[in-house]
Amino acid sequence: MAKTQFKIWRGDKEGGDFEDYTTEVTEGMVVLDAVHQIQAESANDLAVRWNCKAGKCGSCSAEINGRPRLMCMTRLSDFPLDEGVAIEPMRTFKIEKDLVTDVSWNYKVKEKIPKFSPRPADNADGTWKIDSVDTDRVQEFRKCVECYLCQDVCHVLREHDLHDEFIGPRFLVHIAGLDMHPIDIETRTKQLKEEYGIGYCNITKCCTTVCPENIKITDNAIIPLKERVADDFYDPIKKLMKIFKK
Amino acid sequence: MSDLQKQQYDVLIIGAGGAGLSAAIKASAAGVKVGLICKSLLGKAHTVMAEGGVAAALGNVDERDSWEVHFADTMRGGQYLNNPRMAELHAQEAPDRVRELEGWGALFDRTDEGKILQRNFGGHRYPRLAHVGDRTGLEMLRTLQDHGIHQGIQFHMECTVFRLLKDGDRVVGAFAYDREKGRFSLYQAKAVIMATGGFGRAFRVTSNSWEYTGDGHTLAYDAGAELMDMEFIQFHPTGMVWPPSVRGILVTEGVRGEGGILKNSDGKRFMFDDIPDLYVNSTADNEDEGWRYTQGDRDARRPPELLTRDHVARCIVNQIKAGKGSPHGGVFLDIAWIKEHIPNAEAHIKKKLPSMYHQFKELAGIDITKEPMEVGPTTHYAMGGIRVDGDTQMSTVPGLFAAGECAAGLHGANRLGGNSLSDLLVFGNRAGDHAARHAKQFDHVAISDAALENLKKEALAPLDRFDDSSSDAPGPYQIQYELQDFMQDLVGIVRVEEEMKDALGKIGTLKERVKEVAACGNRQYNPGWHTALDLHNLLTVAEAATRAGIERKESRGAHFRDDYPEKSEAFAKVNIVISKEHDGGMNIRQIPVKPQTDKQKTIIEENV
Repeated sequence: MAKTQFKIWRGDKEGGDFEDYTTEVTEGMVVLDAVHQIQAESANDLAVRWNCKAGKCGSCSAEINGRPRLMCMTRLSDFPLDEGVAIEPMRTFKIEKDLVTDVSWNYKVKEKIPKFSPRPADNADGTWKIDSVDTDRVQEFRKCVECYLCQDVCHVLREHDLHDEFIGPRFLVHIAGLDMHPIDIETRTKQLKEEYGIGYCNITKCCTTVCPENIKITDNAIIPLKERVADDFYDPIKKLMKIFKK
Repeated sequence: MSDLQKQQYDVLIIGAGGAGLSAAIKASAAGVKVGLICKSLLGKAHTVMAEGGVAAALGNVDERDSWEVHFADTMRGGQYLNNPRMAELHAQEAPDRVRELEGWGALFDRTDEGKILQRNFGGHRYPRLAHVGDRTGLEMLRTLQDHGIHQGIQFHMECTVFRLLKDGDRVVGAFAYDREKGRFSLYQAKAVIMATGGFGRAFRVTSNSWEYTGDGHTLAYDAGAELMDMEFIQFHPTGMVWPPSVRGILVTEGVRGEGGILKNSDGKRFMFDDIPDLYVNSTADNEDEGWRYTQGDRDARRPPELLTRDHVARCIVNQIKAGKGSPHGGVFLDIAWIKEHIPNAEAHIKKKLPSMYHQFKELAGIDITKEPMEVGPTTHYAMGGIRVDGDTQMSTVPGLFAAGECAAGLHGANRLGGNSLSDLLVFGNRAGDHAARHAKQFDHVAISDAALENLKKEALAPLDRFDDSSSDAPGPYQIQYELQDFMQDLVGIVRVEEEMKDALGKIGTLKERVKEVAACGNRQYNPGWHTALDLHNLLTVAEAATRAGIERKESRGAHFRDDYPEKSEAFAKVNIVISKEHDGGMNIRQIPVKPQTDKQKTIIEENV
């Protein structure tokens, strides 16, 4: 292969711009390899997050030629290299430096979600009887590597900046994983409706499209949660039952 | 110091992988104030990379399993250099720790009766590894994280400890910098737990991320703690070898646990040709028996692909050296062949090994349900580390504890797969417990400003040295690559004295050059600067591993010497311990292996 042009966004919260770099691209390289090579050759202080380099930790999220992706799982052979490759940070979050963004909001959101609460153990040794069929559905949500690409692409956060009113697809997946967990007994529908802004999602499925773990975020997590909210708050029979219970 | 951030904790934990989080949760439950420092963001630690499972003698799949058998397997796997007390506690407590995780929300794969499913793994006599497909580590780390954030623990993310602080003999805190702004912090603590993982980044081909630079080992060593078993570095037999950019990324042993076989370029299944004496009686002598074992036939013996990792890695190297390797310098690992035995093999492989399927599909363009993978050894795990007391996990320095990969003792000369995830749960928990007890006996100690000013100056030196006009100062990345290259070539899977001495000389030269290393840019999120600071740690662990490797004149477990290819009676009785001399030199000595109690001896005799 040959020398390839890269445009990498450099700067911090004060501002910045794309800078041009050239590096040798060899067979099988992923975007993160090129970034590391450039970092070692000509930009030692280029800020980039990464850890596992195998798509398992979700650290190296960025926008590559305008598309949110994990740099470690994006092969350069996917692009027409003669046109160059542009790499910029996730735009939904505040910039820290270069390709690194401030994702601390996500950690704060997770802390306020009621935690996993199991029913009492089924067996004397403190364990539960759980059938395989009941684990399959939830394991899909638990594959999430918290790369926040779904948060990055979600227009409610990205364009409308409703970070205070909407928790974003990542945490709807998190709640789906808790609410559909076979032994969890907490309900979170009231918060979903009143605090977490599930109504903002108009199921455009952008989150599903960018998920590197191929979690069907909209179909398997968000829509079922919306149905639960509807059942709990808008089902006329349930409403009547509630009145009679009182 | 004007811009210094100050924090006080009863227990300070350095490292937020499985061991650090387990320790933090336990210490917090003991009612003390806990701070947790993460080098990366919370939830990104290397524990997520653990694939195959967590070893615990639950006996869900085979009721013949017990802690005694797990203990004996661990001791045999470690070639009896393990601290037997740690191996005992580990085997006894692992089942409770796994059950505890389930109560915190971990969702393991199930048996038909709805219990936690367990799979076969190298060196474990019975199916013992609780797992979630091939992403067990992620499930465990996320469970610990999601439970931990509700326990009152203070998290300090993207923060790196530069030096431990002492008052007399006792560790009383840490000096650190944050990545975001490069601000310095003083953490005062009554007890400190090291949970920093390993040092795979000292080698060129590794499954480890940028973080694994031996920080905990070096911080502890510089603070006066002893390191032990540093010669034992696990080269995992199966890392990816192609394309070049993914070389070293792990391919789980679970592939072989599910029936995957190793073949050379002649298509020959070579593992049957070389079975060590210790394992002859427990290894299948034909392909059919091996296959039946992986499918749960309790009368069958294990296939030779599931021998211990040290042995499998060496057999692969021998094939490659004999010119029978795969096109890109590995051998073939084939799981697709199971379609000869089971219907729906494709769906079965995708269900059992989803991330392996994904990883090869995305990174190498290979469909593992149809074609074999190319694999070769990759630097994976440090058996050696900070020498600790088996019950309390306290090092030889009062107030300094260690757990998980950065601690030594449990694994001896070779770690069994699955024993690291159980290690970090069991000993993270114990370290948290004992550090909390320790902390309750002490008060905070004032740290002098002058000492902190000096540390700040030392930490900023690489930035201060940078001068645009003189471009001949060595760059941090170049030094790191140089170290990785010669460590790989000279202190790798097969070692000889001459080469290791050569490596020592090169380490000496690099130590001098590090004094001149310069990093461009400012203190704000500057990986070049951080790499420059990590070099001291990398060089320290590289030197310790090399010196210990020279000292152990025999081949045992993960340490293989071409000039001493046999085991030696004398070295069977000793661990090698390294400590820092007053003049800064590295002291190396042999100590007797911790003796087994009569009860432990009996258990081993009855179960091996």
